[in-house]
Amino acid sequence: MSAPTRTPAGAPSAVGGPGGRIGDDARRPDGVLKVRGEFAYGSDLWMDDMLWGVTLRSPHPYARIRSIDVGPALAVPGVHAVLTSDDVPGEKVYGLELADQPVLAFDVVRYQGEPVALVAADHPDTARRAAARIVVDYDVWEPVTDARVALGHPTWNQVHDSPAEVTELSRESADLHPHGNLVRHLKVRRGAPAPTADVVVVGEYEVGMQDQAFLGPESGLAVPGEDGGVDLYVATQWLHVDQRQICAALALPPERVRLTLAGVGGAFGGREDLSMHVHACLLALHTGKPVKMSYNREESFFGHVHRHPATMRYEHGATRDGDLVYVKAEIYFDGGAYASSTPAVVGNGGTMGIGPYVVPNVHVDCYGAYTNNPPCGAMRGFGSVQTAFAYEAQMDALAAELGMDPVELRCRNAMEQGSTTPTGQVVDSPAPVVELLRRLEAMPMPPAVPTGDDVDLRDMPGGVSNTTHGEGVRRGVGYAVAYKNVAFSEGFDDYSTARVRLEVVGGEAVATVHTAAAEVGQGLVTVEQQIARTELGVEQVVVHPKDTAVGSAGSTSASRQTYVTGGAVKAACEAVRGQVLELAQRGVGRPVADLRLDGGKVVSDVEGIALPLADVLGEEVVEETVEWRHRPTESIDPETGQGFAHVQYAFSAHRAVVDVDVELGLVKVVEMACTQDVGKAINPQAVIGQIQGGTAQGLGLAVMEEILVRDGRVQNPSFTDYLIPTVLDMPPMRVEILEYADPHAPYGLRGVGEAPNISSGPAVLAAIRQATGLPLTRVPVRPEHVTGT
Amino acid sequence: MRLTCTVNGTTRQVDDVWEGESLLYVLRERMGLPGSKNACEQGECGSCTVYLDDVPVCACLVAAGQAEGREIGTVEGLAPPGELHPVQEAFLEAGAVQCGFCTPGLLVATDDLVSRSLAEGRTPTDPEIREALAGNLCRCTGYEKILDAVRLAADRMAGDARQPGGTR
Amino acid sequence: MQFLQPATWAEALEAKAAHRDAVPIAGGTDVMVGINFGRLRPALLLDLTRVADLRQWDTDDGAVRLGAGVPYARVITELGDRLPGLAMAARTIGSPQIRNRGTVGGNLATASPAGDAHPALLAAGAEVEVASVRGTRTIPVTEFYRGVKRSALADDELIAAVRITPPSGPQQYSKIGTRNAMVIAVAAFGLALHPARRAVGTGIGSAAPTPRRAPAAEEFLAGELDGLWDSRAELPAATAARFGELVAAAAAPIDDVRGTARYRVHALSVMARRALTWAWLDYRKGDPTCA
Repeated sequence: MSAPTRTPAGAPSAVGGPGGRIGDDARRPDGVLKVRGEFAYGSDLWMDDMLWGVTLRSPHPYARIRSIDVGPALAVPGVHAVLTSDDVPGEKVYGLELADQPVLAFDVVRYQGEPVALVAADHPDTARRAAARIVVDYDVWEPVTDARVALGHPTWNQVHDSPAEVTELSRESADLHPHGNLVRHLKVRRGAPAPTADVVVVGEYEVGMQDQAFLGPESGLAVPGEDGGVDLYVATQWLHVDQRQICAALALPPERVRLTLAGVGGAFGGREDLSMHVHACLLALHTGKPVKMSYNREESFFGHVHRHPATMRYEHGATRDGDLVYVKAEIYFDGGAYASSTPAVVGNGGTMGIGPYVVPNVHVDCYGAYTNNPPCGAMRGFGSVQTAFAYEAQMDALAAELGMDPVELRCRNAMEQGSTTPTGQVVDSPAPVVELLRRLEAMPMPPAVPTGDDVDLRDMPGGVSNTTHGEGVRRGVGYAVAYKNVAFSEGFDDYSTARVRLEVVGGEAVATVHTAAAEVGQGLVTVEQQIARTELGVEQVVVHPKDTAVGSAGSTSASRQTYVTGGAVKAACEAVRGQVLELAQRGVGRPVADLRLDGGKVVSDVEGIALPLADVLGEEVVEETVEWRHRPTESIDPETGQGFAHVQYAFSAHRAVVDVDVELGLVKVVEMACTQDVGKAINPQAVIGQIQGGTAQGLGLAVMEEILVRDGRVQNPSFTDYLIPTVLDMPPMRVEILEYADPHAPYGLRGVGEAPNISSGPAVLAAIRQATGLPLTRVPVRPEHVTGT
Repeated sequence: MRLTCTVNGTTRQVDDVWEGESLLYVLRERMGLPGSKNACEQGECGSCTVYLDDVPVCACLVAAGQAEGREIGTVEGLAPPGELHPVQEAFLEAGAVQCGFCTPGLLVATDDLVSRSLAEGRTPTDPEIREALAGNLCRCTGYEKILDAVRLAADRMAGDARQPGGTR
Repeated sequence: MQFLQPATWAEALEAKAAHRDAVPIAGGTDVMVGINFGRLRPALLLDLTRVADLRQWDTDDGAVRLGAGVPYARVITELGDRLPGLAMAARTIGSPQIRNRGTVGGNLATASPAGDAHPALLAAGAEVEVASVRGTRTIPVTEFYRGVKRSALADDELIAAVRITPPSGPQQYSKIGTRNAMVIAVAAFGLALHPARRAVGTGIGSAAPTPRRAPAAEEFLAGELDGLWDSRAELPAATAARFGELVAAAAAPIDDVRGTARYRVHALSVMARRALTWAWLDYRKGDPTCA
């Protein structure tokens, strides 16, 4: 069967121009298509004779399914198929780390919005109407909606190493899964078991459920193949982990489940789990027709995992001089109904849960729990965003208790190269925490609060809604610093595969880079071109569409692709280059000293040789496929949390300046400033774009973004009530990039995407606290919190 | 029902349109013009912004039949084939495009803003840009580079407008 | 679903009389959201965008007669001088794209307690002109709202226009949202001073089942201003504060995803106090547009 009429584009582009090498502001190869509206996102795919698939979802957070009657739906004219769990030929459950999530619900539904049945019809509205006619008889149960209750920890359990006692509350809570409600408990034990300190601050914190809110809805097109297999064009983050799960569900071998990346309208972790992937394939295989599925915004809120809400209790002890003596932390992540990536989120939350500080005594318990709330999993910052709100608030509280400047306290305790982390890992590359903070302090401050006739409503809290002309407005300034692991940790076999080909096309040497690494908007395709241009000295670099015809690249997450897939592309280019240089020497007839590729030529300055690459290659096609790994990490000790868990850390710091209308509780962020060490900026413009975008998502969580869940039900599944920052909410930003090379990483680079998402929100909170004098221990901050209403 | 309207200067006619369909659905699924994007379908994101008789609107909130006989302008029609409009060029140059899903709507909204400002003989101020683009959500960029792009486009278009024979 | 597109007002009224379950559509900013998400499946959509009369405004005996189909963007640009309170409200609505389509008539037809135009219409003392094949009647806006998303419109009637006599004094409009643009009101307040008739107009949004006035606050303030209209003397801070309290006392809000009832009441008291302070300051300056 033919490919979709609108095929995904990873195509090369005439634009890009000269200078697209490492360190340049190279242009995106997909940019021209994107500004013309011709870039084919998942929701744009279309084929003649295709059907539309829709999902029937559970209205209940917890219920037993007594029966499902699909008859009335099948009777609707235009309907081609109605499927339930009985129609899943292979494994009926899937999952990233634990296979515990039904492809389609059977026996029990565990969250509101869980997929129960599928319909394929010739018009999306027909499919929707038919789905509404499916009769599902539910026996509705009381949902478990609190993570600590689910675990039987109704009170803080800080001082116990032993498992929590089973309480009345926990006995009432049904176990949602056969292995109980605990997904993971991570312990970090370092130093003295019961340390004491001159000054102690204790705080309890809560972070609400954030949504990735990528703009491009979950979408894809499944095309049945003549071999009984299926081709799936889908917007996703990791083609091969999708393929593995789809194969299991369909009971098909990998060669009959072929995936190609469709255009991705943002991801931020929300596409790491399967959404419509298996569903579209099931419908396509069942009907023998191409099936497109594309969620609308409401369904999108139910169709992907969210950021884990967290409740946290922290205790910091310090000397009177401000040296941290100990940190105790108890952290609960609500994982919702299915595991998704909760184990790894707990790993990050626990191992990095005290921030980039040196502390001799650390005692952390980090839990991930099952509840009947929406499943939570990956989102940018992954387990580190939540804890940063807590540990940075604690640092400010401690500074206040000590009468110290908050930046001073941070610098005094800052991690540096050679420091030991709470997990016993020695930081073996630059960790310029102090410099990041000092540079922020040195930046000029924005102008004072506008007053009188100078007031432009657009600069005021509340904007053109005209709530203040300066009345009640107080300014606050806050600082925060954070760190985050880059790439996969705890002994995971983390690798990427790159295939690089060099050949002559139309008289010119052209490189083709083929990886399965998902381009989700961050600009990896640009980086792949820049690396190939740099390593092979050619101008023309084609980025092959991303698909499963080449080996896995791992996930586009954990700030890892420029590092890992970048490393793989570099290694593959080096292998190709080795072959080309050999060809050249064969041509010359002898070994040549200092031979390299540059400007489309094979060059030796020493011997005065400059051979056109096209001549050297002739008819030869040089192709190399390389599987590349970063240095291995270790799993951590289950009792102490000690081990070389993380391959690299990224550091960033923010200063936030806010104006708060303290009478109405409305906030205007006036300026955000960020410093970040990126090791080496492969594409400075794209790096700054990542920092600005990450800053915005952190700001959003700080002041407005939350999926409100009551009794297991989502209250605001729309962009009308789930608010993300507009251009009137985002202030001007100052960004300073530091480039201290990590000697272990390709080009010395550091992953950049997540760190700024972690430090920005806590800085905003610190600034609002300074403006209001309130403790503000819950995010997002609502007007009610500021006004005590 | 049958719908006839002018899209990017060309008369288009489609049949079998369901009366409840939006102009966005008709453009994307019936006319082969998927450039206008379907991010929220409730008028909250601006990704589907098109010109309807020269006024920027959310195509998701226009009932298909309301477009009968009207002139529609989409991102696909901003520049002639093979060329880029100054706003498109500026977005690329400034790095204002990441995932790109908000881009088509932003380009139309920006073109409208800059054109209206230039018609008044000036370029838009930053507060004006922010208010005019507040209906176009972007989740990737934090908007800084979008502002850069709008300023760049406005300056370029102002320059072009001063030159004889210059295009918009 | 049927789609009817009358070209004249008479045709529109005939169609509505013949199909009483028809859903009128103008800017589509409410109706299409319902259809796109499968929550609204009208048997017939009655498109009013071809009725030219609806898209006009004019003045009639000192009052502005605003056609039900005039989009908010034109209220801002064309009526900002005559009806500043309504224009301020219009500027807070949705996005530019929404303001290019959405209409005051649509806001009234939806009759949501959160509709942004309502507090300004209440404060100004507007009247709604509705029509059917049976004839035309005028409903004071205070009597138009009958419940959450329910209005006094009969099932064969359409909204023709809103009649607003421009208040003779300054007007203000304030709205709370938890973002600095594009928000549904958590609470909103409209104020109009009517020095010519020595009266005060108020309107409260998003803080009761329907938009409503705060009559006690109006009476209190009119009494306090009795000696001040002519002197244009400073307004005592206590008067503004008391006015705020009385406005808040008129609300009957609920807790919902957008805010708590307590916050809404509190915010109304602050907004009303500030709005009065600004309006009185304008009045004291003798702003010629407000005389």
